[in-house]
Amino acid sequence: MCDTCGCNITPGNEHLVRDGGRHALTDTGRESVTVLANLLDENDHQAAHNREHLDRRGILAINLMSSPGAGKTSLLEATLGALGPTLRIAVIEGDLETENDADRIRAKGVPAVQITTGSACHLDAHMVHRALHELDLDGLDLLFIENVGNLVCPASFDLGHHRNVALISVPEGDDKPAKYPVMFRAADLVLCTKSDLLPVLPEFQPSRAETHLRNLATSAPFLTLTTREPASLAPWLQWLHEELAAQRARGARGQTIRPGGDANLVPRLAHGNGGHQHHHHGEHGYHHHHD
Amino acid sequence: MHELSICLALLDQVQDIARDHGATSVDRIRLHIGPLSGVEATLIQQAYPLVAAGTLAEHAELIIDAIPVRVYCNQCGDETEVKPNRLLCGRCGGHHIRIVSGTEMLLAHLEMTRPDD
Repeated sequence: MCDTCGCNITPGNEHLVRDGGRHALTDTGRESVTVLANLLDENDHQAAHNREHLDRRGILAINLMSSPGAGKTSLLEATLGALGPTLRIAVIEGDLETENDADRIRAKGVPAVQITTGSACHLDAHMVHRALHELDLDGLDLLFIENVGNLVCPASFDLGHHRNVALISVPEGDDKPAKYPVMFRAADLVLCTKSDLLPVLPEFQPSRAETHLRNLATSAPFLTLTTREPASLAPWLQWLHEELAAQRARGARGQTIRPGGDANLVPRLAHGNGGHQHHHHGEHGYHHHHD
Repeated sequence: MHELSICLALLDQVQDIARDHGATSVDRIRLHIGPLSGVEATLIQQAYPLVAAGTLAEHAELIIDAIPVRVYCNQCGDETEVKPNRLLCGRCGGHHIRIVSGTEMLLAHLEMTRPDD
């Protein structure tokens, strides 16, 4: 969504912005302006730039989201162990406090930047932009962004990554997709983690979790795994390899993808040739009817 | 509480537009918020006065239109209103749907006072 190209305008609202309909005086004489701008335009603008940073180097960026304690960092540790020899990987860690997670990643020999958000419950595109500048991106294949543990707020913020992965761990209960539809609808892949606990938690039925997921009309793959059994990670590692190949194929076609489904294929930002309109303060970011 | 971040972004946009129009005060702000945006209207209402204090939008009336979740079914062609956690066609139960509304997080409309109004 952006407020410079007019993609906020839909058949349902265009009557508001056409032919001066948006710019009129109210009956009390106040100036009345129809805007129709996404409240997160500024974030989305930065996110598009982050994505261009990554696309230029052919890097695939994955945003890991879950509630606290679902096993994001453990999954990363196991993944780095499995892929480390073949791919160059870096990690951005988001937490309210501590460098603990970044230290766990660095112990695997992988560069990690810790973003401590203080009281912020989510990462945004500006925080990730600063973190990108602390990383050596050249030669990198994969960037994992481990978001703040939270099933609500991170879902609203594009970080400039390509794919969303949502984790749901067995101890949490299988109705999480029904309780947090915004998060799970945005997922490109859902991982059911800690499956080694299924025998002791029979009330969690992976099939029920998947049914709740399908009720959100998403075709995102649903994989069950546990870091305790490395063989169970194979489909996840396979998915990463396929996504990396897809990212390189998109790059060759001059395309990129926003997270949240294949419908989000978009042309890459054109840099330096005027193909991308910057929106800065003081410019009209809304649809102005000039008389 | 990402509503505070979103309120800050809202106020930036409102102030930019008010400045462009030479307005002395912003009197009314209308938002469109759908449940699939992940934003709670009541939390926006609570956060707004904290963020707007001392700005020319301090006394603006904040109106939030709740936009229903509607899906268009590619199978039966019907458009139905559905719940945020059940995005299947309300008529035939099909899952080949397109979301028509409910994801909005928009600054829709502003009313401002200009010195020469």
